[in-house]
Amino acid sequence: MSSNERVDVLIIGSGASGAAVAWSLAETKMRILCLEQGDWMKSTDFPSNGRDWEARRYTDFDISPNRRGRGTDYPVNDDNSPMKIANFNGVGGGTVIYTAHWPRMHPSDFKVKSLDGVADDWPIDYWALGRFYDENDRMMGVSGLAGDPGVPPRNPPMPPIPLGKTGTHYARAMNRVGWHWWPSDTTIATTPYEGRAQCINLGHCTPGCAQGAKASTDITYWPLAIRAGVELRTRCRVREITTNEHGMAAGAIYYDADGNEHFQPAEVVIVACNGVGTPRLLLNSASARFPNGLANSSGLVGRNLMLHPWPMISGYVEETLDGGRAPITNLWSKQFYETDSSRGFVRGYTLQFNRGMGPANQAITSAAAGQLPWGRDHHRVYREMFEHRVGIGVACDDLPEEHNRVTLDPVLKDSNGIPAPRIDYAISENTRRMMEHGIARAEEVLTAAGAKRLFCSRTALNSPGHLLGTARMGSDPERSVVNEWGRCHDVRNLFIVDGSVFVTGGGVNPTSTIQAVALYIADQMKQRLANLFD
Amino acid sequence: MDSNADAPLSAAEIRDLSDVAGTMIPADAALGVPGADDPVILDDIVRSVGRDLPRVREALAAITAKSGGAFARLDRDAREALINDYYMSGAAAAVALGRLIVGAYYRDDRVLLSLKLEARAPFPKGYTLEQGDWSLLDAVRQRPPLWRDDRKELAK
Repeated sequence: MSSNERVDVLIIGSGASGAAVAWSLAETKMRILCLEQGDWMKSTDFPSNGRDWEARRYTDFDISPNRRGRGTDYPVNDDNSPMKIANFNGVGGGTVIYTAHWPRMHPSDFKVKSLDGVADDWPIDYWALGRFYDENDRMMGVSGLAGDPGVPPRNPPMPPIPLGKTGTHYARAMNRVGWHWWPSDTTIATTPYEGRAQCINLGHCTPGCAQGAKASTDITYWPLAIRAGVELRTRCRVREITTNEHGMAAGAIYYDADGNEHFQPAEVVIVACNGVGTPRLLLNSASARFPNGLANSSGLVGRNLMLHPWPMISGYVEETLDGGRAPITNLWSKQFYETDSSRGFVRGYTLQFNRGMGPANQAITSAAAGQLPWGRDHHRVYREMFEHRVGIGVACDDLPEEHNRVTLDPVLKDSNGIPAPRIDYAISENTRRMMEHGIARAEEVLTAAGAKRLFCSRTALNSPGHLLGTARMGSDPERSVVNEWGRCHDVRNLFIVDGSVFVTGGGVNPTSTIQAVALYIADQMKQRLANLFD
Repeated sequence: MDSNADAPLSAAEIRDLSDVAGTMIPADAALGVPGADDPVILDDIVRSVGRDLPRVREALAAITAKSGGAFARLDRDAREALINDYYMSGAAAAVALGRLIVGAYYRDDRVLLSLKLEARAPFPKGYTLEQGDWSLLDAVRQRPPLWRDDRKELAK
C-alpha cells in the first residue's frame, strides 16, 4: 500500500456538504484534499440531450444505486425497508440528481422536545444557522419569492419559476379551500447566475440538467474551492478511517480506479458521505481501540435513520396543463406543517405540488397505478391523462427512532470488497397518522381542483433519498455522536458534516439545511483553529 | 443459471415480444398511430433491452406459460385480459417489460407528433413556460405568519 503526502484536512465525499465545507475552509490556506469515489459529470452526458431521456431515468440515471449500478456506485441492501435508498456517487453527490426543491427547515424543527415533547432538541437552533442558510442560498443560487407567511423571512436572489398553467390551476383550488400556498424556492436559475445559464424548461430536472441551470455542487462550490487551492481527487473509494496510538484519526485507506490501495494521512478528517455512507464508513473503520466502529461509544452510529415518508396523490383534470415541459417543483403549502394536537399526531408536513410528466413516464406511472389499461382502450385512456395530470407529494416529518438503522450487511460487498450498508427501517405510528392526514388533505384540494381518478401511492416508487440522523449531533456523548459543532465526541480530529448529524428531519427536502449545517461547522472550525483538538 | 441467460433475445423470443407489444399497445388507425409491434418501434425495443434482458425474458416466458404456449393464437380479448392480469400482479418482470415497451413507443416520431409534441430531445431548444396568474397570490400575502417562532414560545 502506498502512502501519500500528508494533508491538513481530508474531506471524504464531494456532495452537498463536502463541497460546502471545502469551499468554506479554503480561505484558511490549509492543504485540503477531497476524496470522491465517483467521477466528474459532463452536462453533455445528461439524459435530456437525447431522445431516450425518459428511459435513462431507469438505467444509468436511476436514483437507486442498486438499479443504476455504475462502477462508481456501491450496493445497498434495502430489502427490509418500505422506502428505498436513493443517492448518487460522483462530484456533486446527490445534488446531481435531486429535484432542486429548496425549502428550509422551520425553527420549530430544531426544538421538538421543548415545543412538542417528542424526540430531542438540536443543540443549535434555526437562528444560529440563519446566516449560513443565506450564504448557501447565494452560493447555490436560489429562485423564489420573499414574503411567504408560511416560513421565516428569506430573500432568494432570483425570481421564482413561473406558475404556468399547472401552478395557476393549483392556486385557484388552494384559494378555494382557503389554505396557504406559495411558489416553491428552488436552486434552478431563473436568470443567468454566476456563470450558469437560466432555465429553459427542459423538463424534469432530477437526472441532471443539460442546461446547467440546476445548481449542483460540481458547478457551484467546487470550481471556486478548486480555484482557491483545494484538491479534489476522483475515483478514490475510502475503505476505512484509521486511528493512531492516541485515538486520533490518522487518515484514510482508499482504493483508486485500478483497485490499488493507498493510505492518505491527514491532520483532520471530515466525513461527508451522507446518512448511509457515513455510518457505513464509521462501522467499517472498527479497530481494536474502537471495536464497535469509529466514534461509536454511544452505540448510535447508524441509528435514528430518517427517510421522510412521502405519499404521492395524483389525479387528472379536464384542462390541459404544462405536462413535463418545465421543472417539476411548483408550489408548496405550509398549512399543515406545525403541530396541531387536534390532528392526532405531532409535527407536520409540507404539501408539494408537482407538474406533469413526459410521455413515457406518464404511461409507466399510470399503468403501475392500474389506471392505464393495455389493449384497445390504451390510447383513449392515455389521451385523457397525458398533460392533464396533477400530483401532490406529502413531505412528512420523520422523527428519529433507534430501531431504524444502518448496519453492515454480512454478505453484500461493493466492487472493492468493502461491506455494503444494510437498511432496517419501519414507518412509525405517528408518521402513519400524519401520512393519512396529508393524503386526505391532498385529495381534498385535488377534488377542489376538479381532479378525477385520484390515486395514492403511500410509499412512492422513487423515494426522496433523504438520508438523515445516523450520527446525530448533541452535547451528551452518551446520546449523540458529534458535538454541537460537528466534532466526534470520541475522536477529536474527526468531523461529520452531512445529513447524518441531523437530530430531527423536519418535513422538507433537507439539502438546504445540510449545507447550512456544513457551513456552520466549517465556520466553527475556523474560529477554533488554534485549539481545534482541545 | 442458464448459460444462455445473457444471450440476446432469440428470433422466437422477438416474435413473442412482438405479439405481446402489439397486444399491449395496438395500432390505432383513427389516431394514426402505429402499434408497439411496428417494425421500427420493435427494433428500438429490442435494442433497448439492456440490463432488463433477464426480466424481459422471464416476462415472455411467464406470458407463454399462462397462455398454454399459444399466446398469439388466443383471441384478442383473451390476450388483453392475460396481459392486464399479469401486469397488475406487480411482478418485477412484468413491470420491466411494460417500462421497456412504453419507453420505446412514446419516443417514436409518429407517436409524439400524434400527441402534438415535437419529435426531439428537450435540450438544447427547451420549452416555454407561461407566467400564470400571480394575482392569485394576493389572498395569501395577507395571511399572518403560520410558522412557530421558537424564541417567543420558549420564552413564555
